[in-house]
Amino acid sequence: MAIVDLKDVHKSFTKGRERVEVLLGIDLAIDEGDFLALMGPSGSGKTTLLNIVGGIDSASQGDVTVAEANLNRMSGRDLARWRSSTIGFVFQFYNLLPVLNARRNVELPLLLTKLSGKQRRRNADTALEIVGLSDRAKHKPGELSGGQQQRVAIARAIVADPPILVCDEPTGDLDRETAEEILDLLGILNRDHGKTIIMVTHDPKAADHARRTLHLDKGQLVTEVAA
Amino acid sequence: MSAIGLIWANLQRRKIRTYLTVFSLLVAFLLFTVLRTVAVWFEQGIGDTGGADRLVVTAKYSIIESLPISQRAEILAVDGVEAITHMTWFGGNYQDPRNFFPKYPVEPLGYFEMFPEYIIDPDQLNAFANTRTGAVAPAGMLEQYGWQVGDKIPIEADIYPMSDGSRLWEFDLVGSYTTEAEGGPPPVFLFHYDFFDEARQFGQGSVGWWTVRIGDPERAPEISSTIDTLFENSLNPVKSATEDEFGRQFAAQIGDIGLITTGILSAVFFTILLLTANTMSQALRERIPELAVLKTVGFSNLKVAMIVLGESVLLCALGGFLGIALAVLAAPGINQAMASTGLGLFIIRWEVPAIAAGLAVLLGVAVGTSPAWSANRLSIADALRRS
Ligand SMILES: Nc1ncnc2c1ncn2[C@@H]1O[C@H](COP(=O)(O)OP(=O)(O)OP(=O)(O)O)[C@@H](O)[C@H]1O
Ligand SMILES: [Mg+2]
Repeated sequence: MAIVDLKDVHKSFTKGRERVEVLLGIDLAIDEGDFLALMGPSGSGKTTLLNIVGGIDSASQGDVTVAEANLNRMSGRDLARWRSSTIGFVFQFYNLLPVLNARRNVELPLLLTKLSGKQRRRNADTALEIVGLSDRAKHKPGELSGGQQQRVAIARAIVADPPILVCDEPTGDLDRETAEEILDLLGILNRDHGKTIIMVTHDPKAADHARRTLHLDKGQLVTEVAA
Repeated sequence: MSAIGLIWANLQRRKIRTYLTVFSLLVAFLLFTVLRTVAVWFEQGIGDTGGADRLVVTAKYSIIESLPISQRAEILAVDGVEAITHMTWFGGNYQDPRNFFPKYPVEPLGYFEMFPEYIIDPDQLNAFANTRTGAVAPAGMLEQYGWQVGDKIPIEADIYPMSDGSRLWEFDLVGSYTTEAEGGPPPVFLFHYDFFDEARQFGQGSVGWWTVRIGDPERAPEISSTIDTLFENSLNPVKSATEDEFGRQFAAQIGDIGLITTGILSAVFFTILLLTANTMSQALRERIPELAVLKTVGFSNLKVAMIVLGESVLLCALGGFLGIALAVLAAPGINQAMASTGLGLFIIRWEVPAIAAGLAVLLGVAVGTSPAWSANRLSIADALRRS
């Protein structure tokens, strides 16, 4: 059974009197352990789709089932708890909390668990080790390079060991070489840690790291290219 | 790190802004504690004597007018009156006008009989009664000015020169008195009325005011009006009141201190409310994407709202605590300064800090509610789009 299963998903925004149809009937099944790249022109609805899969936005219509949970039926509070255990988010601009050092940023999702402070720190350190940043645990985001910040963000995304990672242009703000390092890291997480990854990208080279690529255009999935 | 750690870290984001806000809060709560203490003290009446069985009889129209000594027998004859003594405002300075303390010519035995709360060694009282130029002062005053029993205390008169025109009065310090009450007796320097009356240039046979002891405090209103009626049509009409009432009336002449302090504090707190609210809404605005991230990683709307509210409460509580603490620490210093004015003691009663602390938390809630509500409603997708 697919870990992500979207059936005829529509999304529209109303702004004043105007109604913008962003997603026009998306059918999408992603198997556990897949690494999917999602491409498409700007404004085609990639972020919107990703947000719906990640449970931070809701479909206007259609069925959204992710990790066996039917997101259409969940309350905001249940959805928040579900997110904390099921989805790891990685954003283009890292979105770290500037007042917290790397370890505390990574620890953040664990504040919602019953783990002891000591255990939380240990898990955060493990996650930092996986992304290769053990030596920067005490640094604040402002003291780290873009690539390092993105590694911290990835550590934060995996610290609660969620089965799914959603990444919105994770290399969009990085140079080629750093981008490759981040993509390799995502590859390792997919291969060795069994994470299902959905990654939005504009970069065909980035998409090459995925197992398959989908194209979104004007709110519809148009082609599927096997990697 | 805990949620508190997160709140604390957020306050460190703009250190200067946090410090300034905490400092303003500190000043507001320092003012609150000091002014409320002063107001409470005025509301209770100056020199809280608890003398419900004592009446103060003053000249009707002005407490600085004097009264003829001949009134004594008439007042004493009023039914219900048990004892009477008198005091007079002498004015005068000891060395320097800044050494301010009241100086009363009194009847030594009558005075200490009237005020049993003032404790004096019987031998010293005896010496006071039998030394024409004798004087006694509170033990604290001896300490303050380094006086010893046996010293001559020179007082420079401003109202009452001596009959030979000299303004220098010299008294022999024969003893000291104390009380069991907190802070000791009010700093009043007492000397012999007989010597004063005989040696002064004018005003012989007059006194400042009477203090009368009555047998039954319940009858105070009735006895007061009897005394007042007694002199109503004389040259020296009087006004009687219990000591407590007298204190309140005196305070009322100074002004409705309670109302004034309430006015000042309202203005201060209104300002601080705006200031802190502004700080908090700024803090919220610049952090919208971060709050969205918290929600993204699984913090519920309520938790994020509580973090924002917690920040505001912590900020106000911190400022409040520092302000209250400073007032409490400054109290001994203020006391020392006040001791020489004779107005009384600056004692912070526990209710005032307790109310201030409650107010600090309330302020934090008031200021934090609106940002917390916004944080609660913040949509993740919209907020992330803005970052
Ligand atoms: N809250 C909203 N209100 C109105 N319109 C919105 C809202 N969110 C998204 N849209 C619109 O939906 C469309 C798709 O947006 P989305 O961010 O999903 O595109 P995208 O494919 O991620 O683009 P990009 O590659 O530039 O990130 C855009 O036209 C956008 O303006
Ligand atoms: Mg996008």
